Amino acid sequence: MVSAPHGGKLVQIGQRVNRDAFAGFKAAQTVTIGEETKSVVKDIASGVFSPIEGFMGENDYLGVIEQMRLESDVPWTIPVLLPVEDDVKLAAGDEALLADKEGAPVAVMECGETFQVSKKEYAMKVFGTEDQAHPGVSKVYDRPSRAMAGKLKAVARVDHGRFADCTLSPKETRVLFTERGWNSVVAFQTRNAPHINHEYLQKSALALVDGLFVNPVVGKKKPGDFKDEVIVDAYKALIDNYYPKSSVVLSVLHYEMQYAGPKEAIMHAIMRKNFGCTHITIGRDHAGVGNYYGPYAAQDIFKEFPDLGITPFFFKEFFYCRRCAGIASEKTCPHPEEERLSFSGTKLRKMFADGQVPPKEFMRPEVAHVIAESKAPFVE
Amino acid sequence: MGKTLPTKYTTVSIPKTLHARLEKLISTKTGFKSVSDYVTFVLREVVTMHETSQSPDPFSSKDIEEIKARLKALGYL
Ligand SMILES: [Zn+2]
Repeated sequence: MVSAPHGGKLVQIGQRVNRDAFAGFKAAQTVTIGEETKSVVKDIASGVFSPIEGFMGENDYLGVIEQMRLESDVPWTIPVLLPVEDDVKLAAGDEALLADKEGAPVAVMECGETFQVSKKEYAMKVFGTEDQAHPGVSKVYDRPSRAMAGKLKAVARVDHGRFADCTLSPKETRVLFTERGWNSVVAFQTRNAPHINHEYLQKSALALVDGLFVNPVVGKKKPGDFKDEVIVDAYKALIDNYYPKSSVVLSVLHYEMQYAGPKEAIMHAIMRKNFGCTHITIGRDHAGVGNYYGPYAAQDIFKEFPDLGITPFFFKEFFYCRRCAGIASEKTCPHPEEERLSFSGTKLRKMFADGQVPPKEFMRPEVAHVIAESKAPFVE
Repeated sequence: MGKTLPTKYTTVSIPKTLHARLEKLISTKTGFKSVSDYVTFVLREVVTMHETSQSPDPFSSKDIEEIKARLKALGYL
């Protein structure tokens, strides 16, 4: 049986197909939202963020940052807020139109209370640092400190653009997993093109369950990361050539990385639970950035949640070891680090820029080919 | 600045004998700081198990047929 939705309820906010359904809102009733918030709206509407039905009020916000739980006691580790400028004068009970920067309607929301958020406290509690060199922290400092709660009433038709054909909603994956007869499904979160070590980690996990759900994150990333389309095409090439189709599903998640390390690992697990996954792999420095988090801090945090409802599979890092003459991990290989084949992101970028590809012990040639064929595979 | 979360704890009575056993248990190997932490952990584990087994299937058969048609069109089924 697929996993029960987080908090017991798969949220589904109705789509209004006709744009006229969003007509009649005056400027004072309209809140302009950026791309990241737009993505959050879609995730709330499709149930990825179940049981949340809108943007958090102050009690949920404080519960999340102080106790890692919603007011309902359900585990939750990163606030879902709607930051608003001071000139937004909507009151609790008002209906507001959320529109994107071009003025296109995104959702109708019933407003709740507005409240002040301490950026410093948010940064420290969620990211464990207030260093604005951290990409998640810098986003917090760039947005208004006032937040407005609200429950989504309806959303505009969701268009996933280039990724429409490989975007499945939680409702769809739940039906898919059931149709395939999978009782246990392990999720693999990624924001990278696949290396051999990722493939081994996924296949090690797959050996223990019925199905594998490869769920790359698409959305704004940081410079130096692979572009979304490269990641997706690289995965398609990998799966076509090296995976049994009957035991894997590839679908993308539209979500902006927070780089919150352990706290984000829990959110990654919650989202995949809502897709119906029973397990999730958590590797080295999951959702981390720079040196802000310990290499296995994202594994340790799971001890705090006996009621998460999705089981983590913890893995040490995999790599190709010359002495083992194969893929090994810190757990299985006794040899010194010099024996490991590894490429830093910088070295890999330079290699592709120079028209070279990494060796097959590091990356499947079909995957390397996709990257090499892309004119500009990395985010500038 | 915003408010802080009020302390949201209440008291549950358990037999003193059980409390003593739990104190002994957590002092040896569990890594819990207090009996309250331990009891909270265990109860969350138990309550979520019961809640999970009660979750109703949220989809109608019409929903399921529509979803299956899309999954087939996309090559997932
Ligand atoms: Zn070795």
